Amino acid sequence: MARGDVVIVGAAETDEVGVLPGHSTLRLHVEGARNAVADAGLRMSDIDGIASVSAPGPIQVAHTLGIKPRWIDGTGVGGTSFLLHVRHAVAAIRAGHATTVLITHGESGRSQVGSARGALPASSPNAQFEAPYGVLGPPTMFTIPLLRYMKEFGLTAEQLAYVPVAQRKWAARNPRARYREPITVEDVLDSRMISYPLHLLECCLVTDGGGALVITSADRAGDLPQPPVHILGTGETFESPLISQMEDFTTSAAFRRSSAEAFAEAGITHGDVDHLMIYDAFAHVPIYGLEDMGFVGRGEAGAFIAEGNTEPGGRLPLNTNGGGLSYTHTGMYGMFLIQESVRQLRGQAAAQVPGVEISVAQGNGGMFTAAGTLVLSNRTP
Amino acid sequence: MSARAKPAPVPTPETQPYFDAAAEGELKIQRCLDCGKPFFYPRPCCPFCASDALEWITASGRGTLYSYTINHRPAPGFEQDAPYAIAVVQLSEGPRMMANIVGIENTPDNLVLDMDVEVTFEKRGDVTIPQFRPAGREAI
Ligand SMILES: [Zn+2]
Repeated sequence: MARGDVVIVGAAETDEVGVLPGHSTLRLHVEGARNAVADAGLRMSDIDGIASVSAPGPIQVAHTLGIKPRWIDGTGVGGTSFLLHVRHAVAAIRAGHATTVLITHGESGRSQVGSARGALPASSPNAQFEAPYGVLGPPTMFTIPLLRYMKEFGLTAEQLAYVPVAQRKWAARNPRARYREPITVEDVLDSRMISYPLHLLECCLVTDGGGALVITSADRAGDLPQPPVHILGTGETFESPLISQMEDFTTSAAFRRSSAEAFAEAGITHGDVDHLMIYDAFAHVPIYGLEDMGFVGRGEAGAFIAEGNTEPGGRLPLNTNGGGLSYTHTGMYGMFLIQESVRQLRGQAAAQVPGVEISVAQGNGGMFTAAGTLVLSNRTP
Repeated sequence: MSARAKPAPVPTPETQPYFDAAAEGELKIQRCLDCGKPFFYPRPCCPFCASDALEWITASGRGTLYSYTINHRPAPGFEQDAPYAIAVVQLSEGPRMMANIVGIENTPDNLVLDMDVEVTFEKRGDVTIPQFRPAGREAI
């Protein structure tokens, strides 16, 4: 095995993302899968490995598509799951357990058609030690560490509000983005308070959509139509299933560990990264990501973004599809991180950054619970 | 009267002593007999050394406000409270736990990080849960 010997040869989203009340969750998986396999120049019968999250699950997706896999991965650790699927597929292909793996995402996050939104059992630690205090979904949990960060590092409300402003500048260049009109810091701070200190425009969208990836070995990719995207390094880990038990509220240990492992495996440094995707369920998550991945020092990310470094023309293009804050966010957004990294590396993005050779995607699962990182490139090292 | 009740935890055998203590007005947490470290949330083994030799200790009930959010979209049963803080308290023993901050209007001005808080208790159906209030206030 050699670095970059496993590649992404197919990558596609559903025909549309947004509000799709006519699409069941299963149909979103299937539409993304058919598009990705076609993008790869392959037939469904070429697929011998399947990975997907728990609902409707890899077995239902594979059965619907007529795939008879000899490798199955149902890892479900929230929105970063698909980055972990890519990592696991690399190992499976190297081991000879599969030759061509399909990874699918579909989620009727907004319309809730055919979705299975399972509550945790009443006897789970979350239900015993957090639910009694009135948590209700990600806005009430993901938000909790932020005030501690703001106090420790002096991050201002205006700097935080600039995160969606910067990402909207990317979204303005992406016709598929749900929100494209420019916004200002004042617009953000004037928007409705959802969960203090986060306003509506600092929270991600809730949409319907899906996407899929086809992974195979580099030596099989030669005859296929798309330029291969080499998987140079990967990482995965988790920190805590309960937000209250995160070790230090000013830093994500999961982001730190998964990104460090991916960078080390890829043999890259931060200066090598041309393009970056960081899961942005809420405005503070890219701030944590930039610091925990080591792109800037502790407490510096708010100013780094506010100074324009991550927006169009900046030196570290970040969340160039517009992100979960402006492009789309089905609930498990990680698939869309990978899709945008692949588009940028192929030179096919709506808001194309010139000369991207290395793109890094940093995923989050749950509320700083799990993390996955991919270092991707359009060349071998 | 609220149309819906606030959620009540469903104890498991390893968490029952915690809720039994709360019903008696005590905050109990676990400590490892092998490595000596206290921890929260209650569980069947030590998160630091995986030992299952554990004891229950009575915590002081004192802590500080580590962080919080003020939720404007109430969870079922919390309609009368919104906007309300969902906080994490740093116990003086070291571990942290989630709680609401009771006995004070939940505004950013009132809820200052690192302020002293102390435990109080709230009935939820048949179960009692710990809550926290600013230190030095009368019980509500
Ligand atoms: Zn121990």
